Amino acid sequence: MLLTIDLGFFIEKLVLIVIVVSIALVVAMYTTYGERKVAAILQDRRGPNRAGPFGLLQPLADGMKLFFKEEIIPNFSSKVLFILGPSLAMITAIMTSAVIPWADKIELFGRTISLQVADVNIGILYVFAVVSMGVYGIMIGGWASNNKYSLMGAVRAASQIISYELAMGISLIALLMVTGTLSLKDMVVQQQETMWNIVYQPLGFLIFLICAFAECNRTPFDLPEAESELVAGYHTEYSSMKLGFYLFAEYINMFISSVVMSTLFFGGYDIPFVNDAAVADSWGNWLALAQSACLMIKVLCFIFLFMWVRWTIPRFRYDQLMRLGWQVLIPLALFNMLATGAAILFFDK
Amino acid sequence: MNILSLLFYILSAMAVGSAIMMLLSKNPVKSILWLIVVFFAISGHYILLNAQFLAVVNIIVYAGAIMVLFLFVVMLMNLNSTVEPVKNFRMQLIGIISGGALFLIILSSLMKGEGKAQLVQMRVGDAGLIKNLGNVLFTNYVLPFEIASILFLSAMIGAVVIGKKA
Repeated sequence: MLLTIDLGFFIEKLVLIVIVVSIALVVAMYTTYGERKVAAILQDRRGPNRAGPFGLLQPLADGMKLFFKEEIIPNFSSKVLFILGPSLAMITAIMTSAVIPWADKIELFGRTISLQVADVNIGILYVFAVVSMGVYGIMIGGWASNNKYSLMGAVRAASQIISYELAMGISLIALLMVTGTLSLKDMVVQQQETMWNIVYQPLGFLIFLICAFAECNRTPFDLPEAESELVAGYHTEYSSMKLGFYLFAEYINMFISSVVMSTLFFGGYDIPFVNDAAVADSWGNWLALAQSACLMIKVLCFIFLFMWVRWTIPRFRYDQLMRLGWQVLIPLALFNMLATGAAILFFDK
Repeated sequence: MNILSLLFYILSAMAVGSAIMMLLSKNPVKSILWLIVVFFAISGHYILLNAQFLAVVNIIVYAGAIMVLFLFVVMLMNLNSTVEPVKNFRMQLIGIISGGALFLIILSSLMKGEGKAQLVQMRVGDAGLIKNLGNVLFTNYVLPFEIASILFLSAMIGAVVIGKKA
C-alpha cells in the first residue's frame, strides 16, 4: 500500500472539520440576523420580522437574494484575481478554526475523541499567521477591481491590519510570558486549574480587544469600507455571492476572534464555578457538551459586544486610527510586556 | 515511497514551479502572489523537518508582513508591463555573469559535500520546536541575537529619520 493512514483517525478528523466549519457558518449566518436585531433595538426599531417567526428565516432569504443577483465582473479587471479575492477572504476566515479546542474530549464507539482538529504546539501563532493572510483577500480583490475607490479601500485595509497586528502581537507576548505555552489546549487546562488569564492580563486583554476590532474591520475601525468616503471601499465592484463572501467572511472573522478571545483570556471551554475534573466521571459525554455550551455563551457575549460598539461609536478618521495604533496601543503594549516581565521576576512565578 | 517523501516531492514541485512562474509573470502583482506561494511551499518543508515554529514564523513575517508591504508599494505605483523600463544589454550581461558564478559555487560545494553530509532526516529531532529553539537562542547564541536586534533597531530608527526628512 502506498499510503498508510489510520482510517479511523482520518474519518474522525474529517467529521470534526465538517462539524466545526458548519457551526462557524451557521453562527455567522445568524450573526447577520443578530446584528440587524441589535441595531434595531438600539435604534428603537423592530428589525427583520417578516420571514418566519420573529424573522428567523431572514438570513436564508438574504442568502437566496445574493445567489440570484446578477454576477458582474468588470471588463478591465484581472478575472482570476477578481475571483481569488473573496475566495481567499472566506478560506482564511474558516481556516483559523482548526486549532481551537471546542471542548475536552468525548468517548464514542470505544474511541476517545479530542474535540480539537489539531493540537499543534504553536497553536496561537497559527491563528496569527492565518489572520495575517486574511488581508490578501481584501488587497487582491481591491486591486483586481481596477477601481480607484476599491484600491484606496484595499490600501487602507493593508496598512490598518499591519499596524494593529504589531500591538496585538506584543500584547500576546505578555500573555505568553504568563502562560509559558503556545498551545491553546494547554492554556485552557491551565486556566481550569488556576484563574482565568484576564485576572493576570487586564491591560493586555484591552489592547487585544481593540486590535481584534481593527483586524476584523469592524466599526469604529471600518475605514476600508467607509461608505461616506469610498462608495463601498474594496468591494465596490463586487456583486452577487462574491460580495456575499466578503460580507460573510467578516462575520466568520468576528465569530473566530470571539472564540480566540474567550480561549485566551476567559478560560475557553472552562465551566465557571465547576471543577471539571471532579465531575468528569459522573457526567460522561455531557461534560463535553456543557463545556461547548459554556464556550458558546462566552462567544455570544463577545459578539454582542462587537455589535453594541458598532451601533454606538462613530467611525474614526484615518489619521486618528493610525495615531491610536502606533502612538497609543504599541507603547501601551510594550509597557504591559515590561510590567508583566517585572512582575514575573518579582514574584518568581 | 511513503507519505513523507510524497509530500516532499509535491512541495518541491510547488516551490520550484511557482518560483519559475514568479520570474515569468509580466505583471508585478502576479509575481508577488507567486512568491507567496513559494513561501508557503518552503514552510511546508519546515513542517516536514519538524520545525513548526520556523514554519509559522516564515509565514507570519515573510508572507504575512513583508509581502503585504511589497504588494502595497506595487499597487500604489501601479506598475504594469507597458511602463516597465527596458533593460540594456550591459545589465543583462552582468546579470548572466553573476548568476552563472553563483551557480558554479553552488555546484562545486555540492560536489565536495557529496558523501560527507548526513542526509536530512524528516519528522525526527526537536531542534525546531519553540522551547529548544528559545533555549539555544538565549543561552549559546545570546550575543549574536542581541547584536541582530540592535541592528533591527538602528534600521527602524533610520527609516523614521529618512521619513521625517522627506
